[in-house]
Amino acid sequence: MTGTLAAIGAAIAVIGAALGIGHIGGKAMEAIARQPEASGKIQTAMIISAALIEGAALFAIVVAMMG
Amino acid sequence: MSVRFLTVVTTFLIGYFFLAPGIQLFGQDEEFKASKFVLEHIKDSHDWHILTTKQGKHVSVPLPIIVFSKHSGLNIFLSGKIAHGHNYKGFEMGHSTIMKTNKKGEEVEMSLEGKVVEVDGHGDLVAEGLPLDFSITKNVFMMFLSIVTLLVVFLGLARSYKKAGIKEPRGLQGFLEPLIVFVEDDIAKPNIGEGKHLKFMPYLLTVFFFILINNLMGLIPFFPFGANVTGNIAVTMVLALCTLVITTFSGNKEYWKHIFNMPGVPIWLAPIMIPVELLGVFTKPFALMIRLFANITAGHIIVISLVSMIFIFKSVFMAAPAMVMVVFMDMIELLVAFLQAYIFTLLSALFIGLAVPEHHHD
Repeated sequence: MTGTLAAIGAAIAVIGAALGIGHIGGKAMEAIARQPEASGKIQTAMIISAALIEGAALFAIVVAMMG
Repeated sequence: MSVRFLTVVTTFLIGYFFLAPGIQLFGQDEEFKASKFVLEHIKDSHDWHILTTKQGKHVSVPLPIIVFSKHSGLNIFLSGKIAHGHNYKGFEMGHSTIMKTNKKGEEVEMSLEGKVVEVDGHGDLVAEGLPLDFSITKNVFMMFLSIVTLLVVFLGLARSYKKAGIKEPRGLQGFLEPLIVFVEDDIAKPNIGEGKHLKFMPYLLTVFFFILINNLMGLIPFFPFGANVTGNIAVTMVLALCTLVITTFSGNKEYWKHIFNMPGVPIWLAPIMIPVELLGVFTKPFALMIRLFANITAGHIIVISLVSMIFIFKSVFMAAPAMVMVVFMDMIELLVAFLQAYIFTLLSALFIGLAVPEHHHD
């Protein structure tokens, strides 16, 4: 039972992260389309924010696994 | 379709045909358990298992086992001597569980699977407990290999620069110079600040190439490669600890001021702000550790699971689609291998950059 609950918790965390990273990706695409010359800077900022969101999701997964 | 692309694909295919026999082949009594096989690959081990023949004979590369026990002192021998239930000078591979008292005083079960244990004449564990294990395991062996490779390549490179001066790059130099320039121009300079970045370049370059080479070597499925080094939480923990130590010790006055006395924040908020900021110091490297571990382990699990599909379906016809998917996943893993090395270095540079901010007069 705990295993199932942990899996559900991990899944919810992943949904949140997916929404966040999807949003970042979409916005970065829009920004690059608007200003293609700034694509390098936008990509770096995009990867950093995606990595930070991923970090939050990974914490949730670790908590779900330990619980 | 270029010749080069075909070469890459065939290399991976040949590699997996080497790996495939490692799984108990058709017509064995023992049932094939995919999760057990996958976990065995993910974990570190004392010997390097290559394949099991149809007759049930194990072919593996023995690795040195170095154990120190309070019972019999330092012992060094090859892992072949204690493989498959053999006992050597009282040492053997653990295969059961023992009861152990934890810090809270509760009895908890601890698995001895994959650990070297010392037993007395009656087959009971010696009273002194488990020996300290300094063995050159699969992961340690592959780390040594990658360190030697990096040293040979980069020392050679440095010598050629010294001898010939700065000229147009040739050969390996032409492959590595863009990467080094990339780490300097795209990772270090924008995040740490021009000039200040020079102090941290050795660390950033080391960590970048160490993670990159171990990620890539982990993707090669035959003998001296394929161990899951960067997917081992202990390895990623040490890497993250390095970043933590560097950030903490190079942090300037401004950095500590932002932790203990955030400018512009009312003083009565301090009881909340200080613990949160202090927690932030440790969560950043913790996220680095988990990110690298989770990404690389997940990649290895997916690839091995796809190979296992052949043996779950017990059909030769499953081989072709499984191999196609494996090659596809390997292509994605090539990207992930680079991306994770990049992200680890980028975030390390970012955290170091946060620790050495410019002084603002406000």
